[in-house]
Amino acid sequence: MSKQTAEPISAASAEEQGSTGVVESPQVDQKTLSRERDAAKELQKDRLAGLNNETLIALYRQMILIRRFEEKSAEVYSAGKIGGFCHLYIGQEAVSVGALSAIRKDDYVLTSYREHGHALAKGMSPESVMAELYGKATGCSKGKGGSMHMFDKEVNFLGGHGIVGGQIPLATGTAFASKYQGTDQVTLCFFGEAAVNQGAFHESLNMAQLWKLPCIYICENNRYGMGTSLERAMSLSDVSQKARAYKMASEFVDGMDVLAVREATARAVERGRKDYLPTLLEVRTYRFMGHSMSDPGNYRTRAEIEKYQERDPIKLFLATLKEKNIVDDKQLEQIDSEVRQQVEEAVRFAEESPFPAPEELYTDIYANPIDPSRNRTR
Amino acid sequence: MPLITMREALNQAIREELARDERVFLMGEEVAEYDGAYKVTKGLLKEFGPKRVIDTPITELGFAGLGVGAAMVGLRPIVEFMTFNFSILATDQIINSAAKMLYMSGGQFNIPIVFRGPGGSAYQVSSQHSQAIESWFAYFPGLKVVMPSTPADAKGLLKSAIRDDDPVIFMEQERMYGNKGEVPDDPDFTIPLGVADIKREGTDVTIVARSLMVPIALKAADKLAEQSVSCEVIDPRTIRPLDIDTIIESVKKTNRVVLAEESHPVCGVNAEISAEIMQRAFDYLDAPVKRVSGVDVPMPYAKNLENLAIPDVERVVAAVREVAYLD
Repeated sequence: MSKQTAEPISAASAEEQGSTGVVESPQVDQKTLSRERDAAKELQKDRLAGLNNETLIALYRQMILIRRFEEKSAEVYSAGKIGGFCHLYIGQEAVSVGALSAIRKDDYVLTSYREHGHALAKGMSPESVMAELYGKATGCSKGKGGSMHMFDKEVNFLGGHGIVGGQIPLATGTAFASKYQGTDQVTLCFFGEAAVNQGAFHESLNMAQLWKLPCIYICENNRYGMGTSLERAMSLSDVSQKARAYKMASEFVDGMDVLAVREATARAVERGRKDYLPTLLEVRTYRFMGHSMSDPGNYRTRAEIEKYQERDPIKLFLATLKEKNIVDDKQLEQIDSEVRQQVEEAVRFAEESPFPAPEELYTDIYANPIDPSRNRTR
Repeated sequence: MPLITMREALNQAIREELARDERVFLMGEEVAEYDGAYKVTKGLLKEFGPKRVIDTPITELGFAGLGVGAAMVGLRPIVEFMTFNFSILATDQIINSAAKMLYMSGGQFNIPIVFRGPGGSAYQVSSQHSQAIESWFAYFPGLKVVMPSTPADAKGLLKSAIRDDDPVIFMEQERMYGNKGEVPDDPDFTIPLGVADIKREGTDVTIVARSLMVPIALKAADKLAEQSVSCEVIDPRTIRPLDIDTIIESVKKTNRVVLAEESHPVCGVNAEISAEIMQRAFDYLDAPVKRVSGVDVPMPYAKNLENLAIPDVERVVAAVREVAYLD
């Protein structure tokens, strides 16, 4: 995926290196942003109706778990405990948490390599996810997949795919299977906006609408494909409109509002379950960290990042919960401490777990391994 | 046993497996209403209906990936490429998804899928529609690669491929669809993957050949018999995993070997077989391993040039005579 440099450089440190090579970022108007934020808050309050406190607190807890988990991932990555590529999800938590709160456990989820958040939100244990990052035998993929290839059959989490857009035809296939088998399971397929430029996206949407397959395509538009802004890569940057080319239903959604994502997903899920219809959701979000841990960050400004951080999905949701007296400080403190504990446990579990046995190198290549000498008849 | 064509044998295999297992379905370009571009899937839509026999848009990457996704959750797709030339568009899904899914997922998601269709040289269709690319797929652990050379092998191997729990690349040969042979009509007839077949026993020189090269090698063996040279012809049938033991045993007996293939010589399957023979039977060789390959050029259109590009009986005969030091 990304180009690896010897030293992981955080976005912040690269920003401080000065403006050499900086590509001008799209202008973000402060006034518009605050207006949007206030409007989002108001909308979020309306969306609370009908949801019980337990559900709301669970959404908050999941988002904060992902945030803390990712902060810890960055920490242990920098300490050299985990290797390879590591794409963090900080800033986008509301997307996976909101969307996955609208589906059932037996529904399928496929995503890209920026997947730790989806894995946790689908119900995988932080232990198995962290152990996978550590490349340990107890990891969700037995240490063979790593950060980009997490799987858990128990909760129908079907990866973790490393080629941009590669998961989109696969997800179309799981949706095809649901219809073929006559179940009412839906598939959620997550990908970044850069994947929209791949043929795999267009080929899949065409088939999904043509054959009426219950796949919900969720484009997490975080504005950058690695270091290339949306505007520099896409002739029509309004992703949700692309659905019209396939006569598919679509919506664009505020990806910083967990309840907005939940509601839009729920509408799409209903279309999928009832009528086997696909939907394209464009969820507008932002990643606060670099593309990967080796991102120099010289394609956007610190100011731009800060402006989006004003609309941090967790802060936004927390403000709503507090205003509505859904949580008090004591509860928040407790959640925070429990989540930190959970993440620490995950790290301890990963550290203490064994590496895969050397024999594991040669297992899981074939489900039916062939030994010609055994099959030979003459 | 009934005498039928390769095309009919493949059709029987697909029909029997569709009837046997509800999870099996067939998809590809023109497989249904058109009855198949090469008529391999003739009559299947009528018999099994549009749920099981599905015409796709021309969207190879898309439907290959869709098949892999469906295979992740319990279906057993047969994905037809109208020709393997078009599979090149789908290689990301075949290689990065199908071949590696079981490994990357730590053993959780196997992919029971067959990618099939004709490959190899065709008749006067120039470079993009006439090429043998089996070595690409044979390169990847996680895939199985099968290339039948007779109608009976085609049927028995395809049925095994469909029942197999791993991704199988099943490469038929466009020029061989009309070849006839005796084929068992027993629905339980299968041939295990990964087992070579000795198509002709002999004592002087081993010829290893697959797909279109098998009938050519057998004709060459007939000619050489008239010249008092006894050839053993071995068809690996499965390229990955390769039944190298059968080849090595034969080389140890004949001490001379010719490797024939349609594909380009560079980084080809026979380069691999040759290396294995060096390592495992070097002391048994009385002559260097000789390869006969498609020439190292894109396929031309002109009939005379095309004929020059593909190995023929004369080239195989000459190669055998060379390793036997007869000329």
